[in-house]
Amino acid sequence: MAVSDSLRATISRAKRNDLIFVALGIAALLFAASTFVALFLDMVGDGLSRLNPSFFTEFASRRAERAGILAAWVGTFAVMLVTALVAVPIGVASGIYLEEYAPKNKLTALIEININNLAGVPSIVYGLLALGLFVHTFGLGASVQTAGLTLALLILPVVIVATREAIRAVPGSIREAAYALGATRWQMVSDHVLPYSLPGILTGVIIGLSRAIGETAPIVTIGAVTFIAFLPPSPVTSSPPFLSFDWLASPFTAMPIQIFNWTSRPEEAFQANASAAALVLVVMTLLMNAIAIWLRYRLRRNLNW
Amino acid sequence: MNDEQKKPDPSTLPKKAASQALNFFYGSKQALKNINLPIYDRKVTALIGPSGCGKSTFLRCFNRMHDLYPGTRYEGQIRLYPDDVNLLDKSVDPIEVRMRLSMVFQKPNPFPKSIFENVAYGLRIRGEKRRSVLMDKVEEALKSAALWNEVKDRLDELATTLSGGQQQRLCIARSLASEPELLLFDEPTSALDPIATASIEELIHQLREKITILIVTHNMQQAARVSDFTAYMYLGDLIEFGWTDDVFFRPKEKQTEDYITGRFG
Repeated sequence: MAVSDSLRATISRAKRNDLIFVALGIAALLFAASTFVALFLDMVGDGLSRLNPSFFTEFASRRAERAGILAAWVGTFAVMLVTALVAVPIGVASGIYLEEYAPKNKLTALIEININNLAGVPSIVYGLLALGLFVHTFGLGASVQTAGLTLALLILPVVIVATREAIRAVPGSIREAAYALGATRWQMVSDHVLPYSLPGILTGVIIGLSRAIGETAPIVTIGAVTFIAFLPPSPVTSSPPFLSFDWLASPFTAMPIQIFNWTSRPEEAFQANASAAALVLVVMTLLMNAIAIWLRYRLRRNLNW
Repeated sequence: MNDEQKKPDPSTLPKKAASQALNFFYGSKQALKNINLPIYDRKVTALIGPSGCGKSTFLRCFNRMHDLYPGTRYEGQIRLYPDDVNLLDKSVDPIEVRMRLSMVFQKPNPFPKSIFENVAYGLRIRGEKRRSVLMDKVEEALKSAALWNEVKDRLDELATTLSGGQQQRLCIARSLASEPELLLFDEPTSALDPIATASIEELIHQLREKITILIVTHNMQQAARVSDFTAYMYLGDLIEFGWTDDVFFRPKEKQTEDYITGRFG
């Protein structure tokens, strides 16, 4: 039986719709990508001239051409360290518990829904919570530790969700293999599930941190200083015990705050500083994401099930 | 298997295990109904039957795998000899049961670790730390699983780089390393090609000299080739049990005959 003309017409109409969607899709993608590229190039254009070694080694200054981001990047680094040290163990442990240990009941379901909701809470809310809890109730001050804890809370849902997804990707047959040999649940988790899901967990942690690194609202809320001309005390000291945790309680500033501060200045020269600092922040974020991709690629080569 | 030999009355043979009035439930659904089955020492017992007949469920009762999932319930007993303990008893730790009985799964499931670490894992969780002992036992297990010659020069390579058939023999070696009292096979060749299947069957043949084997298979020819005894199950009931060639050539039940001859299943 020959193909009727009306069927041919139907097919060509369907194909035309296909083409229309492809065109729309490409247009949407180009819009998103070109916006980012334009912003990035604008930032490079404004800020590149300010990017010299002294920009990284100088404190903020009233004179734009002498101002640098030393306090800001050191502060950001210190805060990120606290964030990671708090969010990773708590987030990973929560993820493991929910996925491998928690009974599947209504309470667990409620906790799961709330963790997913927490990921969507505006960051300023975390800032207000931290102001009330860490700064006022616990008296931790507008310090590195308060900012680290606040951002840790902020990225905790991201770390938990990433951990659970990574754990879920380990096939049940591997779990049963370990159990069948006589492993306890913890042996199964620590010898198998955790090592095999590490690439996914690390990726989640880095993506969480790269979100935290750009957060401004919560650390402004807890009262981070915008103009600072000293660094937190060194964690390594010359006298025993050679380690000091005084830096945790130190006031600090961070990259987003420095950028925010400079953009609010009327002088043109500070706008260039802001662009340069923003460029540094964007490169830091992109680098972290690149590391995440590289780690995932490196560590997953061994895992082909 | 034993066509030419005179077959003794099974009841005179020493038993390694026996299920007694075994019922098993997934939630409210009864999957096994009053199963009474002896497992004779150093013999291969095959479990056959159409999909969903409960043969894998039955096998997984032996090493208490069902304990891992909520809503499952055992009734009755599985006794393990010679110490005559009920494996299903609440006071018996399932971890202890799994230390005594090993299982080989449907799909090869090596850990994404080295070949050596795969075989050594069972010993490690039994607390063995001495490198020389681990080395000896790994070698012995790989030899028993007919894999030693293929992997002896690359024990540090990833197990997942082996072929499917080699992976399954590795899983058998992993199960043998801890010297189990009973070896459970859950359709061990269903994911393998015919050549790999033949090598696994040959291996089962050799292993029955040393160890009692219970094997679930969807492949009737395989049951006929590798087993001494065959049990035919249907919808959670044990329909017929006996010497493999009796079950295949002189079935007592009409149902068994229909299944064996391919009129059903």
